Amino acid sequence: MIRKMICIECPKGCSLSVDIEGCKVKTVTGNKCPRGAAYAIAENEEPMRIFTATVATKGLNLKLIPVRTNKPIPKKDLFLAADETRKIRVEKPLKAGDTVTDNFLGLNVKLLATREVA
Amino acid sequence: MVKRDLVVVGGGPAGMAAAISAYENGVKDILLIERDLYLGGILNQCIHTGFGLDYFKELLTGPEYADRFIKKIRSLPDIDISTRSFVVNLKKDKTVTYLKPGAMCVVRPKALIMATGCRERTREMVHIPGTRPAGIFSAGLAQRLINIDGLLPGKEVVIIGSGDIGLIMARRFTLQGAKVKAIVEIQKQTRGLVRNVVQCVEDFGIPMYFNHKVSKIHGKDRVEKISIVQIDDNMKDVSGTEVEIGCDTVLVSVGLIPENELIEMAGVDMDKRTNSPISKEVNKTSIPGLFVCGNSFKVYDYVDSVTADSELAGKLAAQYLRKTK
Repeated sequence: MIRKMICIECPKGCSLSVDIEGCKVKTVTGNKCPRGAAYAIAENEEPMRIFTATVATKGLNLKLIPVRTNKPIPKKDLFLAADETRKIRVEKPLKAGDTVTDNFLGLNVKLLATREVA
Repeated sequence: MVKRDLVVVGGGPAGMAAAISAYENGVKDILLIERDLYLGGILNQCIHTGFGLDYFKELLTGPEYADRFIKKIRSLPDIDISTRSFVVNLKKDKTVTYLKPGAMCVVRPKALIMATGCRERTREMVHIPGTRPAGIFSAGLAQRLINIDGLLPGKEVVIIGSGDIGLIMARRFTLQGAKVKAIVEIQKQTRGLVRNVVQCVEDFGIPMYFNHKVSKIHGKDRVEKISIVQIDDNMKDVSGTEVEIGCDTVLVSVGLIPENELIEMAGVDMDKRTNSPISKEVNKTSIPGLFVCGNSFKVYDYVDSVTADSELAGKLAAQYLRKTK
């Protein structure tokens, strides 16, 4: 079965043709870079998304710090991730790229600050 | 009055890239003026990913993209940065007057780069009928309230227009526990990136109404509901297709328009339709030595292209300064 889809890895949005047999992706065409093939495989076998949100702070110069996961997490866990970030409070200064939570949701991904907060 | 070789107005991605590039092209007396407390501009509220693949070959969030330039510009002592500084006047001879806490300052640079970005188009600019209750926000304002101020503007949301900021806010509202009941787009297809339709709308099953317009916003003190109607190819209402959608919040996401009142004040030739300077070449204006870059020159789709063209503006300013010496 050929599935037409649009790659969402970057703003270019390549049109992909994905040949799927059962639950497995056989070939991917139309992608302008290797990210496209990886996206098509993941999207059909287990959809993943980078999760971004904000986390509350206490006693720092910003009310919120923006955060992201360092790797994509399963799409089905996005709401769980949003609930979890609402429980976190950051009280010490961080730089962009510093870890806010190790092993976020037990998914073996890190939640990273994306902006400096002092 | 203070004299400078180069003044840059705006500390977002365009202004920072222009200042850094001017420095790297030999300009050593630079003042960058930013109205906010922090550098980074609108990138600071764009907490989603999608930035940097062209320029850095990495997928970054807005704050991360800004952070790279903030670090760089802070490491260059020849670039003075004045934050919380709001420009109130610009003259034809490039004299800049700005206010900062406790002071009014006047500076006359030999070259000037304006990197003042965009504003959002408003409800008034697209003529949406109805009452004027609380609960109507531009999409970028809602983004700021949620991502910077930690406030959720509403619980049941309808988004008018399918620009990228609106699509991204559909996801953000949904993940924050609000219900996005509809996205209403007058055209046949989205104005935003397909990427955002997939990961912000389809991922969450949010209904999109194409070829539909808002015929009325209802509500006395707070938005109560909106009426939408299908339109035909001649933009005429299709009778019998009107439906009402209950909501407490309406986001307007109908595009951006360059913010250029200052250069207009200085007498730069303007295109009234696009609110941008009339120019045959990117970044140049009808006043020699006055350059405009980033979204105030034209509305860009990607910040990576803003950076590239703003670096060119820095280079052009450096060339101009060498010629006039």
